[in-house]
Amino acid sequence: MSADTNEVLSRRGFLAISAATLGGVMLAPGVRLIEIAAARAPEQPVSRKVRWGLLIDTNKCAPGCDDCVKACATENGLKNTGHPRTDAQWIRKVELKDMRTGRTNSVPVMCQHCEEPPCVDVCPTGASFKRADGIVLVDRHICIGCRYCMMACPYKARSIVFQSISDQNPDVPRGNGCAEGCTLCVHRVDRDQQPACVEACTKAGHNAMIFGDLNDPHSEIAQRVAKYASTQIRADLQLNPGVRYQGL
Amino acid sequence: MKHNGIGASAGRIARAICLLALLLPVLAFASDRVPKPVIDIARPGKCVEDTATMRREHPDMLKHQRDLTMHEGIRTQKHSLKECISCHASTKTGSVLGNNGFCQSCHEYASVKIDCFNCHASKPKRIAGATP
Repeated sequence: MSADTNEVLSRRGFLAISAATLGGVMLAPGVRLIEIAAARAPEQPVSRKVRWGLLIDTNKCAPGCDDCVKACATENGLKNTGHPRTDAQWIRKVELKDMRTGRTNSVPVMCQHCEEPPCVDVCPTGASFKRADGIVLVDRHICIGCRYCMMACPYKARSIVFQSISDQNPDVPRGNGCAEGCTLCVHRVDRDQQPACVEACTKAGHNAMIFGDLNDPHSEIAQRVAKYASTQIRADLQLNPGVRYQGL
Repeated sequence: MKHNGIGASAGRIARAICLLALLLPVLAFASDRVPKPVIDIARPGKCVEDTATMRREHPDMLKHQRDLTMHEGIRTQKHSLKECISCHASTKTGSVLGNNGFCQSCHEYASVKIDCFNCHASKPKRIAGATP
């Protein structure tokens, strides 16, 4: 019995190793079939070496498409309470038009996960904070709902919850009286998954959003950012957002 | 004489009050006036710590774990609220709240307000295809 189990395990181990080797084969310099993920163990704290970022290709983002917005609402349990002006909004589509040329752009805007976040600077309790890996979050255990962060954010990325909430996603606790914003789906990122918006965009075949580690030279996002021109919204504020836009 | 009489009766009343105060909790227990918390564990087995430790120290464990998870991204399961809920949710209501809910019944008995569920889900995540 034990010999059988050993055999099964060893075969499985062999398969895993060969899959990893195959996946790791370079297709072209720096491009791998599967990224060999340096997965973080659950007991390991987040590392300062990682800087999570998003790259949004506005040329591929269709006007009127809100797949990312819907995916965000489903994942994070954002429901329509019948008060659209005050409902929490973690991601929104913004339509831009250059009045001189008539060129239009449609871009999703969410928390830009700044390196120097103004929301963290103004927070009187320390609830608004930046995780070591660059994700800007609200610790609802400490948030007093003063909304300074909403005022400070140049991207209008923070909301406050006005109503009691029930039936939350167990991974995404949300409640009345706390400020909140895009978390880059931190609960998914910690499981080595992509944020819900990115997953939905890719699934629908738009491929307008890429998520990854900006500090890892082998990641797709770092290579794209190095190769193509990308911009940060309100770069003049020198906040160094982790969300970048291509084709703006 | 008259003065003494008042003093004696006041003393008697005070003694009676003291006796009643001492007896009240005993009476309450004896007559089952205070409903005992319902400890109905859907998945009986061993908790992460022994019962005495859990009863006394679960708030500290949760508080410690919440800071590690929130600020350092450490998502170990041992002291996580999500794991507590997935084990202790009632089989009938699927929740740790409600009259016979594991958390609520005890907290009501001890008269300690729980804030957790203003934000946290009181039910475990429904897995597609799983029977509730």
